[in-house]
Amino acid sequence: MGTSPTLNMTSLSGIPFETFYNERDIEGFDYQAKLGDPGTFPFTRGIHADMYRGRLWTMRQFAGFGTASDTNARFRYLLSQGQTGLSVAFDMPTLMGFDSDHPSSLGEVGKCGVAVDSIEDMDELFAEIPVGEVSTSMTINCTAPIVFAMYLALAKRRGVPLSSLKGTLQNDMLKEFIAQKEWIYPIEPSLKLTIDIVEFCTNHVPLWNTISISGYHIREAGSTAVQELAFTLSDGLEYVKRAIGRGLGVDQFARRYSFFFNAHIDFFEEIAKYRAARRIWAREMKERYGVQDERSLWMRFHTQTAGCSLTAQQPHNNIVRTAIEALAAVLGGTQSLHTNSLDETYALPTEFAATLALRTQQVLAYETGVPSTGDPLGGSYFIESLTDEIEGRAMDYIRRIDEYGGMVPAIEAGFPQKEIQEAACLYQKELNQGKRTIVGVNAFASDEDESIPLLRVGRKQQEEQIRKVRELRARRSNATAQKGLDALKQAAEQGENLIPALVSAVESLATLGEVAKALQEVYGKYREVSYI
Amino acid sequence: MEKKVRLLIGKVGLDGHDRGVKIVARALRDAGFEVVYTGLHQTPEAIVNMAIQEGVDAIGLSILSGAHLELFERVLCLLKEKGATIPVFGGGIIPPEDIVALKKMGVKETFTPGALTDQIVKWIEDNIVPQSL
Repeated sequence: MGTSPTLNMTSLSGIPFETFYNERDIEGFDYQAKLGDPGTFPFTRGIHADMYRGRLWTMRQFAGFGTASDTNARFRYLLSQGQTGLSVAFDMPTLMGFDSDHPSSLGEVGKCGVAVDSIEDMDELFAEIPVGEVSTSMTINCTAPIVFAMYLALAKRRGVPLSSLKGTLQNDMLKEFIAQKEWIYPIEPSLKLTIDIVEFCTNHVPLWNTISISGYHIREAGSTAVQELAFTLSDGLEYVKRAIGRGLGVDQFARRYSFFFNAHIDFFEEIAKYRAARRIWAREMKERYGVQDERSLWMRFHTQTAGCSLTAQQPHNNIVRTAIEALAAVLGGTQSLHTNSLDETYALPTEFAATLALRTQQVLAYETGVPSTGDPLGGSYFIESLTDEIEGRAMDYIRRIDEYGGMVPAIEAGFPQKEIQEAACLYQKELNQGKRTIVGVNAFASDEDESIPLLRVGRKQQEEQIRKVRELRARRSNATAQKGLDALKQAAEQGENLIPALVSAVESLATLGEVAKALQEVYGKYREVSYI
Repeated sequence: MEKKVRLLIGKVGLDGHDRGVKIVARALRDAGFEVVYTGLHQTPEAIVNMAIQEGVDAIGLSILSGAHLELFERVLCLLKEKGATIPVFGGGIIPPEDIVALKKMGVKETFTPGALTDQIVKWIEDNIVPQSL
């Protein structure tokens, strides 16, 4: 690494940066057509006329580790510190449909999130938290229908009407097959379950955000900003098509689709990405699906700063990266935000690190003046030129996916997966060659040991969770649980909407692993063709 | 002719983060090693069986879910049970004190986020030798 660090001459998506921009770069610019005021079509400048004056973004820190009671304590702490929404991180076995005592759960229990095996764990997770009032986001996908059924069952237990429940399920299986790669069932039954949730919520849980169509993981898997945008929007269009195919009217459900983007370190490209995202979505929804209700045109989105931009080397630098990324998200008009903690290249965050990440948002919100004006960069020659460029490049990808016949055939052909992998390899090559700089990694490295305190999730919590699930199985009526599972399988075989049968199954104290396995007996298993 | 070093590179456990492992696998292949990639979500048993069947000279595993201590321990234990002396290295989200524990356990080297592929290639060149036929 003998070369000295240089300035980036292209964005992370490869868009060239000019020395400066002027009116020639936005020739023929039509304010009404391209931008409009905030709150007006095509919503490039934001979905609300008063933007953050009306309502600040939701500060929503993703949290979960150990047992349900460990995470419940962290939730209550975060709420006491001014956090305004909950966001649950589940552990790998819960995400993948295994009980804590399954051999495949070895070492994974409570590690990268909280372990939830049954409705009793769900009850403990929300102990002393009013589920009818708080808004709860759950990052869960292939087991989303099961975990959501537990949440619904919990609300019923507590006498909370389903119509008052507020929150978000990630429930985005397309991006799992593309990027995050947590799956159980093949693509078609996976999407059937996704749309079951959409249909059930449209009819019974109207305030629930049914899918969080996620670019975040696509980006973390190595895509460029343009690919993140294009693949996410194509996923969104597929979910709209499928819900319409279920017989729902687009204006009944589309307002409850939300999005989830990454905030990476390329500052202006990220801001332009969010602006282009809103414009494309509003236009495509209008043109493809004849949306009437303005709210169905709104792209509402959550943002998380880029985990993959953080480094293990000189971890304190991560505080700075996260602050800059958070600023981009706010300048881009996000509706909610998670800021990563400095220690996340080593472990889940300590309470100190998580608080510092939340404070970053609070400084941004209340000290900087940034949120007072909607789309403050709108009209900048550079930003408008970049927004147009990203839109054009994203639309090229969206058209290619349309040519495949939509996202499912594109995934089956490996198209988005290969594009992402190539982008990731190219980026790594540029780092190796010193064409891109990461401070503390390939420039300004230091031998000094910068050790930081880390959160430990020990074997004690795993053992406790395993004991709990075994104790539940010994205590419950196995006949009742089996009846719940049998009814579920029957409903699956008959192609019914499975949410009611899932609620009954989890109420009968069937565990998450048992429910996931029952469905696998009907649907089979997804197998990826992988290559390097 | 000099025999090429043959490597099993893969994912053990439940996490689906394969960006890093695939970049590493490709970089190793490009550097001239023979690389067998396992695909996602492998059990320790499957990893060890594959390594023995494929006759590899080393096993490189990626874990980003925090389950590294248990999973590496299991892989090493299974190798021992089968009398295989294949060196194991790995990478992922691993705290420094766990790196110490892993090395004590017998894991030869670990690479964490920010490691450059050139460093991994060099480590293999310096530390892994092809087993004689």
